[in-house]
Amino acid sequence: MNSVPQQNVTATDPNPVTGYRTFRLGDFEFSRDAYFVTVKWPSNGQQRSHQMDADDFLRAMMRDVAWGFFYGWVNFDEVIGTRNHYGRVDLYAGAYNASFREAGADYTQQFDTPLIMATFKAILKDWVNEGFDPFAAPEETGSAFGPKHGDNIAAIERSRIATKRMPGLDGDSPLRDDLPVNRQFTDITQDEPEIHAAPGFERELHAFNLFKYLSRSDVTWNPSVTSVCKQSLFCPTTEEFTLPVFHGNDRVEWFLQLSDQIIWDVADKNTGEPRARITMNAGDIAAMPADIRHKGYSQKRSMLLVWENATPDLPKRYESGELPPYPVQM
Amino acid sequence: MQQTRLGSLDDFQKGSIEIITGRAEHYVMSNVFEVASRSKPYEKVVVGKNLKYVIETLRAEGDSPWFVASHDEFAITLDGEIKIHFVKPAAGPLVGDDVEGTVRLAGQPEGASMGYVLLRRGHQALLPAGAAYRFEAVKPGVVLQQTILGACSVEKWAEICIH
Repeated sequence: MNSVPQQNVTATDPNPVTGYRTFRLGDFEFSRDAYFVTVKWPSNGQQRSHQMDADDFLRAMMRDVAWGFFYGWVNFDEVIGTRNHYGRVDLYAGAYNASFREAGADYTQQFDTPLIMATFKAILKDWVNEGFDPFAAPEETGSAFGPKHGDNIAAIERSRIATKRMPGLDGDSPLRDDLPVNRQFTDITQDEPEIHAAPGFERELHAFNLFKYLSRSDVTWNPSVTSVCKQSLFCPTTEEFTLPVFHGNDRVEWFLQLSDQIIWDVADKNTGEPRARITMNAGDIAAMPADIRHKGYSQKRSMLLVWENATPDLPKRYESGELPPYPVQM
Repeated sequence: MQQTRLGSLDDFQKGSIEIITGRAEHYVMSNVFEVASRSKPYEKVVVGKNLKYVIETLRAEGDSPWFVASHDEFAITLDGEIKIHFVKPAAGPLVGDDVEGTVRLAGQPEGASMGYVLLRRGHQALLPAGAAYRFEAVKPGVVLQQTILGACSVEKWAEICIH
């Protein structure tokens, strides 16, 4: 039996005009209409508000939910976002925006992970209409706009693949032979490696076609683990259009471009001020330092290896200054 | 449909960094095909480092020495065609659990052949903890290895990175 207690999600009845519910989470209020999501919060005795296009908001929230709040900061845009404390999560407005901070118009509230997760899932469930897949690239899916019409529960219930050692091993995550090849990867060779195990070693030798596996990914911008060397995780993913969030990590991570090209906008993690634009082609590898946020642009669906170090005490060590934000001193 | 662009030793285009503030070297950016094109065969050049964990780029050409590690490692072929031969050491573990990273062996270890895998571009193999392995490539190719910084790891960041 599942022993997780039922979370008390606070929601209104559906609005008679738009058909959407409005949600409360602590002092935050989330509502949507045909085009926009509006977030409201109190600060300095005033009510503040912020709007995002509904499609951008739902794509961002989809990643935050599927990743379980991921590592560090998940900025939906330059104002709204979450910070993962692994068990508790900050929801903030303007807290990592230089202008809001200076004006004192920012606001942060911390929640137990199950409550904020349940609320975000309820928002997705209510606000994602039939025909819109917030995990897909725009060319692959319908519109997020208009009054409420139907839902797309199957699309929003996907989650990160959990792999213990490597996909395809006995008892580990499956390969993707049952999924179709994405329309933009039809030129990826689908052959599998040859495994010639000596008698008795059939279960010990293992190999698979990683590019084939990625060519069949049915989602965009969703790092999923494909090999585990202690705390070192290879999390490749297929990318198209824009990364729906501006990710500020609480540790260093690395990108290795496996195919095509991604351009990364890099900005200061705390203030949002631009620092660099990095163009990565096939074979390029680069570090994302621990003091920046990044957002990627991929005009063709491309294969990206995201490399994470999952050691639990890293955020504290970077924050205290024990570890420099840059992984290599040249 | 636009063709998928995969790199190779003969055909890669290194990217670029436009700096607004800060320094390009903080992004520790290199291109694995460029690194492999300038490496000695099976030199384990570190192209990614996250504390003790590394990604290494190897130029696959001819036969490699035998290697072993106390933990799982992984290999991904990015160019060429590479055979990996495996041996189960007869005398038990060749390296202790406290030794991390790839260990180069003096010759072929005593033990039973476990067989081999043949990888082409985009293929990934498990290099299981404790099994000895060696690479064999008829033509030059490129292999990525996921492992821990070890005695065979070569760091030459200033030579390979944009700065």
